[in-house]
Amino acid sequence: MSSSLDLPPKGEFSFDLCRRNAMLESKGLKAPTFLKTGTTIVGLVFQDGVILGADTRATEGPIVADKNCEKIHYMAPNIYCCGAGTAADTEAVTDMVSSQLQLHRYHTGRESRVVTALTLLKKHLFNYQGHVSAALVLGGVDITGPHLHTIYPHGSTDTLPFATMGSGSLAAMSVFESKYKESLSRDEGIQLVVEAISAGIFNDLGSGSNVDVCVITKGHKDYLRNHLLPNPRTYVNPKGFTFPKKTEVLSTKITPLKEVEVIEGDAMEIA
Amino acid sequence: MSIFEYNGSALVAMVGKNCFAIASDRRLGVQLQTIATDFQRISKIHDKLFIGLSGLATDAQTLYQRLVFRHKLYQLREERDMKPETFASLVSAILYEKRFGPYFCQPVIAGLGDEDKPFICTMDSIGAKELAKDFVVAGTASESLYGACESMFKPDMEPEELFETISQALLSSVDRDCLSGWGGHVYVVTPIEVKERILKGRMD
Repeated sequence: MSSSLDLPPKGEFSFDLCRRNAMLESKGLKAPTFLKTGTTIVGLVFQDGVILGADTRATEGPIVADKNCEKIHYMAPNIYCCGAGTAADTEAVTDMVSSQLQLHRYHTGRESRVVTALTLLKKHLFNYQGHVSAALVLGGVDITGPHLHTIYPHGSTDTLPFATMGSGSLAAMSVFESKYKESLSRDEGIQLVVEAISAGIFNDLGSGSNVDVCVITKGHKDYLRNHLLPNPRTYVNPKGFTFPKKTEVLSTKITPLKEVEVIEGDAMEIA
Repeated sequence: MSIFEYNGSALVAMVGKNCFAIASDRRLGVQLQTIATDFQRISKIHDKLFIGLSGLATDAQTLYQRLVFRHKLYQLREERDMKPETFASLVSAILYEKRFGPYFCQPVIAGLGDEDKPFICTMDSIGAKELAKDFVVAGTASESLYGACESMFKPDMEPEELFETISQALLSSVDRDCLSGWGGHVYVVTPIEVKERILKGRMD
C-alpha cells in the first residue's frame, strides 16, 4: 500500500490488492468480468497503403455495454492500431506505445516506422505472458512502404497482406479469402473491408453496431468514423415516454453555483 | 455469488440540455441482509464534477479518498479544478494500475466541462472508459437499467424532465433487483445550481 499512498507512482502495475482478492476468491466470491470487445477487426494492404476496419460493439458478458465504441486507436500520424480482447488492455497498451513512439520521434527527428510500434507492442505483451489480453491489428505507411501486422496476446506477430482478429475473425476472413486480390484500388479496398466487417456484425454475436474504417496512405490518413450504419433504431416512438404519475420526492436541497453579485448602491443621504 | 453482488448498488447518469443528472440507490447490504438505507454512493469532487462508485463498498470508499487526494494535489499545482475528461483519465489510470489485483468498483463520472458541456462516462473495474452521449449505468441493477434508460431516454431534455426520466428509470430498475433500492438519491446539475433530491421508493 505504501507505494500508492505517495505522489503519482512510476507507471508500473501495482500488485498490492492481489492477496486480498485471492482471499475473497477462496471464500467463494467470484471475480468480476471485464469489458471485452467481442469484435471483428480487419486490415488489408491496397495499392497506395493500408485500410483498417472495425465494428463498434463493446460487451460485458452477454450484455452490450457500449453500442458505439472506438476500436481503431491512434498510434502515430501514419500508424493506426485496431484492438480486440479486454478493452482496458487494448486502450492502455496502445496509449502507452503511442506515447513511446512520440518520444522516439522527438529523439530521432524522423517519422515513426510500423516495425518500431510492432516491436514495442510485442515486447510488452510477451513480458506479461498473455495476461495482458490484447489482440491487435497494426497497420501504417512509413518510409519503407505500407505494412500490416497482427499481434497476439502472448506476443507473437504475423506480417500479412490481409488480416482479421477477434471473435468475428472467421466471418471476416471468409470474405477476404474469396475476394482479396493484389493492388486493389482505394474504393475497392474500402468496399471489401466494409463487407468483411459487416459479415462479422451480422454473423458474430460478439460484434455489432457500426463499421469504422481508417485509410492510411503515404503522407495522408482518412479516419472514417461510423462509415456505415447498418443497424439504425427502428420503431422510434416520436412522442417518447410520458410519466403521468410524478416521482415522490422526500427532500430537496438546492445549492446555487454562480456567486450572487453584490452591487454597491449610492451613499445614504442624511438630509 | 459475485464480488459485485456483495453490497449491491445501482447507478445511472444521463445527459440533458446543458445539464446532467446522476442518480443512485441508497441500500448498503451484506449479501442478503440490509445494514443501511442511507448510504451515499455519489460524491462531489468539485462543484461541477460528481463521481458515483458502485460495487464493493469498501473499495468504493478507499478509491474515493484516493481520488479526492489526487484532485486536491492537482488543485494546488494547477490552481483550478480538474476538467471531467481529465478526471476520467485519472480514474482510468488509477484503476488500470491495479490490473492484476483490481479494485472491485465501477465508477460513473458526470460533470460539466468547457463551456458547461455535460460529460458522462463509466468504466469497468480495470479502467476501460466508456464515453456515452446519452446515458451510462453501473451496479447490480445494470441490466434492468440498460433496458429502462434505452426506452425512456430522449436527447436534449430540460432539467425538470431529465429529473423525472432518470428517477423513473432508476426506481423501476431497482424494483427488479433484490440487492439495490430503498429509495433513490438524484443530483441534477445545471451551470447555475445543483439540485439534490431524495426519492421515495419501495423499501423492500
